[in-house]
Amino acid sequence: MANEGLDKAVSGEYALGFEIDIETETVPPGLDESTIAFISKKKEEPEWMLELRLKALKKWETMTEPHWGKLDYEPIDYQSISYFSAPKEGIDSLDEVDPKILEAYEKLGISLDEQKQLAGVKVAVDAVVDSVSVKTTYSEELAQHGVIFCSISEAIRDYPELVKKYMFSVVPMADNYFAALNSAVFTDGTFVYIPKGVRCPMELSTYFRINATNTGQFERTLIIADEGSHVSYNEGCSAPTRDDHQLHAAVVELVILKDAEIKYSTIQNWYPGDETGKGGIYNFVTKRAICEGDNSKVSWTQVETGSAITWKYPSCILKGDNSVGEFYSVAVTTLAQQADTGTKMIHIGKNTSSTIISKGISAMKGQNTYRGLVKIGSSAVGARNYSECDSLLIGSECGAHTFPYLESKDTQGQVEHEATTSKISDEQLFYLRQRGINEEDAVSMIVHGFCKQVFSQLPMEYAVEAKALLELTLEGSVG
Amino acid sequence: MSKNSNDITMDIQNLQAKIGDKEILKGLNLKLEPGKVHAIMGPNGAGKSTLSKTLVGHYDVELTGGDIIYKGKNINEMEAEERALEGIFLSFQHPVEIPGVNNAYFLRTALNAKLKHQGKEELNAAEFLRAMKSHLADLGMKSDMISRSLNEGFSGGEKKRNEILQMLILEPEVIILDEIDSGLDIDALRAVSEGINKMKDGKRSFLVITHYSRILDYIEPDYIHVLKDGRIIKTAGPELVSELEENGYDSIEED
Repeated sequence: MANEGLDKAVSGEYALGFEIDIETETVPPGLDESTIAFISKKKEEPEWMLELRLKALKKWETMTEPHWGKLDYEPIDYQSISYFSAPKEGIDSLDEVDPKILEAYEKLGISLDEQKQLAGVKVAVDAVVDSVSVKTTYSEELAQHGVIFCSISEAIRDYPELVKKYMFSVVPMADNYFAALNSAVFTDGTFVYIPKGVRCPMELSTYFRINATNTGQFERTLIIADEGSHVSYNEGCSAPTRDDHQLHAAVVELVILKDAEIKYSTIQNWYPGDETGKGGIYNFVTKRAICEGDNSKVSWTQVETGSAITWKYPSCILKGDNSVGEFYSVAVTTLAQQADTGTKMIHIGKNTSSTIISKGISAMKGQNTYRGLVKIGSSAVGARNYSECDSLLIGSECGAHTFPYLESKDTQGQVEHEATTSKISDEQLFYLRQRGINEEDAVSMIVHGFCKQVFSQLPMEYAVEAKALLELTLEGSVG
Repeated sequence: MSKNSNDITMDIQNLQAKIGDKEILKGLNLKLEPGKVHAIMGPNGAGKSTLSKTLVGHYDVELTGGDIIYKGKNINEMEAEERALEGIFLSFQHPVEIPGVNNAYFLRTALNAKLKHQGKEELNAAEFLRAMKSHLADLGMKSDMISRSLNEGFSGGEKKRNEILQMLILEPEVIILDEIDSGLDIDALRAVSEGINKMKDGKRSFLVITHYSRILDYIEPDYIHVLKDGRIIKTAGPELVSELEENGYDSIEED
């Protein structure tokens, strides 16, 4: 009886599947040098950027799509994807955003109107629709602190020295197949530079929205925290409900200099497809941070509820002595979703430490894989790692898999790994029901309890959002 | 015990139940009276825990015959949460651990579900904490019980005290205590018993399921029922306890 109960509460409605009715300019499907030239021209890029893109394209053409992930999906036809789509209005003037886009963002719970935000909860937003950034709020106020917060396209035009120095420095152009593709065709994304000693006065965020059909989204984000600086950055995303798969291949590079810290949080809610595996986003993402300086710190927190396929390993290269890397993850797969996600902690500097807390939740036919690498190089004397990978199964058709890899050259390093797999037990559910709590509330209570260590890492407003999202995602998959 | 139905809180008639393929309750009759403490005693495997599970609608149990009439209504088909909201409470023999779920949050959710069910106003966090703290003190529980995860890492005694705390907060009408005394030291036993005695109000019914008579020194029973091989074979007053202590269950003759 309880099992029947369980199998009914985890196939939540996707609430953000609406489409924004705007005119777009979309390049015909296909990828060759002329596509790259088109994108580069649209972005009014300098020649050097175009050359880098073309170089990346050449490299990509020699590479093959990786298939080592525990993921099963239809082949991707890269020539049938359109690589650029932009809302027609608002491209030239940031002040004139199509009201329909503003409305859509309101619907997503994000205000692009600085006047409407209350003091004290200021969050600067870079709003990206398909291939372009349509608006970036609070740029001027941030500029007073020396903080650069703009779209990557603007950064290429306005801050070429910073971009040249750091782009591809963390994720090399041809790091992997999807990163190489992104390097060639990336359209927009966010650029952040926090100057020496500055604590960024507000939360920064980017909200990515896929809207056009048959279009891939390839954003690129670059964040540089100069010495002694601090920034908290959040990203969110969503896409319309569609029967076709859409490709999303992003690259995020974080550079953290001496004594600096970046806290990077993601709430990933791309359209997941339906229970038969129809539709949904293919999400192939390369995220990497380098703790370049001594005493630097990076923290990745991700809540992954969306996408049909997720292939994503936010990683930390701990180069500076005493640098710290953290990875906190909740990945939910329900319906027919598949996720192969985890992290890499590369210890190079002395006394570097890393923490990995991964929580995988699988329901219905969801398949959830944790894949993580902890590598301790010979120079990393005194390195420490703690890993905890827990899986929670709801129902009997789903799966959880854990692949932790460890390479240690430092015999004095301390590495601890714990892993558990549990089912929401009938006895736990019954206990809560015996106290008058209905089954759905009981499931969500148990799931929230399971995710607590990760949610507590999120900034407050995002933690609330993550909780609500989790509830919505799992609604109907138990029962 | 011939009472008319108005004087009965729960009337259990000819109850038959299976766990898996095994028939455990074989025509059990029992009437719980308002304001009374009913103790169920019996040897291992007699069906004591199955009885408590059956009354709260546990998923392990298949009801194969008989009726449970609660406050004049047949509740055979009633869902577990519904029975709870209607006032039936089970103190579990082995309370389960639920990691990450804050004890106070859990309790407030349960209480508010009940208040809502009764059409009453729900308590906010501050009001609830005040109520919880006063009970904690009475039960000799530390205030970190508010923030700890539900039963996680609790000692046996802490788990049982936490069950009693839930009972005090939820104020149920039928209170089933399944081996509440097992694994308790003397201090915990006293605190738990005091909690239970505090709930006696002349209306609530108690069903105390126990192996040992020890708890009955603290919670004075009105009736002793002997459960053997799936049926109540004898009902008597508290004087039966000493007889059972001396001669064991085998000597008991069926009523």
